[in-house]
Amino acid sequence: MRRSLLQSALVYLCALVLAVFTAGPLLWLAVMSVSMPTDLTEVPLHWIPSDLDFSRYGALLDVADGSGRRFLSALRNSILTAGGATAIALLVAIPAAYSFSRRKASMVLLFAFLATIMMPPITYILPLYSAFSSLGLLNKTITLVIVYAAMLLPFAIWLMKANIDVLPVEVEQAALMEGASTAFTLRKVVLPLALPAIAATAMLSFLVAWDEFFYALIFTNDLSAKTLPVAIADFAAGRVTDYGVIASVGVMATLPPAILAIAFQKFIVSGLVAGSVKG
Amino acid sequence: MLGRRQKQEKWMLLAPAMFVLALITLVPLANTLWLSFTDTRITAIATPVHFIGLENYVYALTDPDFQAALYRTLYFTIVSVGLEGVLGIAVAVLLNQPFRGQLVLRALIILPWAVPTIVNAVAWRLIYQPDYGALNSLLYQLGLISDYRSWIGDPSTAMNMVILADVWKNFPLVAYVALAALQTVPGDLLKAAAIEGAGPWKRFRSITLPWIAGPLLVVMVLRTIEAFRVFDIIYVMTSGGPADSTKTASFFIYQEYFNYLRSGSGASYAVLVAGISAVLILAYYSVAKRQAAGGTA
Repeated sequence: MRRSLLQSALVYLCALVLAVFTAGPLLWLAVMSVSMPTDLTEVPLHWIPSDLDFSRYGALLDVADGSGRRFLSALRNSILTAGGATAIALLVAIPAAYSFSRRKASMVLLFAFLATIMMPPITYILPLYSAFSSLGLLNKTITLVIVYAAMLLPFAIWLMKANIDVLPVEVEQAALMEGASTAFTLRKVVLPLALPAIAATAMLSFLVAWDEFFYALIFTNDLSAKTLPVAIADFAAGRVTDYGVIASVGVMATLPPAILAIAFQKFIVSGLVAGSVKG
Repeated sequence: MLGRRQKQEKWMLLAPAMFVLALITLVPLANTLWLSFTDTRITAIATPVHFIGLENYVYALTDPDFQAALYRTLYFTIVSVGLEGVLGIAVAVLLNQPFRGQLVLRALIILPWAVPTIVNAVAWRLIYQPDYGALNSLLYQLGLISDYRSWIGDPSTAMNMVILADVWKNFPLVAYVALAALQTVPGDLLKAAAIEGAGPWKRFRSITLPWIAGPLLVVMVLRTIEAFRVFDIIYVMTSGGPADSTKTASFFIYQEYFNYLRSGSGASYAVLVAGISAVLILAYYSVAKRQAAGGTA
């Protein structure tokens, strides 16, 4: 249907408002991170920095610097935690997904899996905390890896199941007829075909783990295990006089997920839409 | 039909997943339930634990502070998810129109979703900052306010400001779901309605909206479940303050556990919250199942 000039103008106006609303806060975070400290305490603000100051990024990437050490150790912990949890979740999720898809495991059970992670983490936190505390497992990356793996698992199973469902079953059946074990069939027949799905699932899982805050807040207390979200909350809660420092940490923590999200837009959006709508 | 070997395999393939989930979710849940009937406290040295029956629950159900926290959680959930729904649909309708830059804008709105929750909280806290924050400066320069305000330091505005930050991060999910659904609305149907004289609003209300209602409902129930658990953004932006005005249920229980060290009593609140969540999760199950069964409404 043709639009009138007025309608077109309205569409572009709305698009502009949406673009500003969406990009504005992020753009401002980025501007703050490279503004001169004095620019950020102007009343009212000048918005455009009088000079660019990249020193905060330099400090964050410098192990000799106090905030650099905090940032870099948190970055390392976040990568290890999210990466480890994603790997374990997939390792456990793929056979389970295969069982749901090809061995007719009950969908009610799959829903029960999903229900466990939809519950507020606050209902699990204290017994977990007590158990980890008495086992000497507090403040350890491995502890977060296990908890996150459990947290990622149901969604990973669900996504993988949906993907295995649409793979052709004939090759698998042929392999099984020939006497191949299920483990062999899974490894040699299903896995190669499901590779794109595995990549998509891994990426979404990694992003969810990268974002997690609550368990990390409770289970970690120093540089050896604190993840980025906890470190950022610390930065923000501390007596920092230069808001640009907080902004630069925020930008750094946003870059990896933002780059992934933009680069794999189609993958992620279709995964998200499917994941939140289909039952 | 599954053979015996295959039936055994069905469970063997599931076993690791069931083990991990039981360990990290079921056992703690049962443990929390047990704790809720006791007077346990978090102490450095072990103290005897007493079974006290429903005492914690009797207290919890009549505790005005907990009721207030539940009410705030409800407010946060309804307003956040409601706004995300309205904004999500509006954005989807816009992004479904042809215009130059449409694809760029579709890509752009994934960014709030990609921003980590904690970074989102920190960024908005900076924006709301009372002395030098961007919001104050912007509104002042536009002539909308004459004095800087303490947006999240004032109990009357704090919760709504937290909600705005949450909506900014979460509307893209609803928008993407709505957009995907919009793209399946048959153009012929809309054209026919237009020929019969139905205006744009009427077409939207009687054709488009019912068509996308199914998936939209599912994603909004999902967002409701998530919003009801809200903790992270509160922790960073306001720590439940000022004057408890943003203290939601999860934050309330967090304090009961880790500030007041009352694990027995805290567990009873946690069980009550879990009960409400369970109802929401069952609602999700029922709408998702109906959606999967192929209904469009």
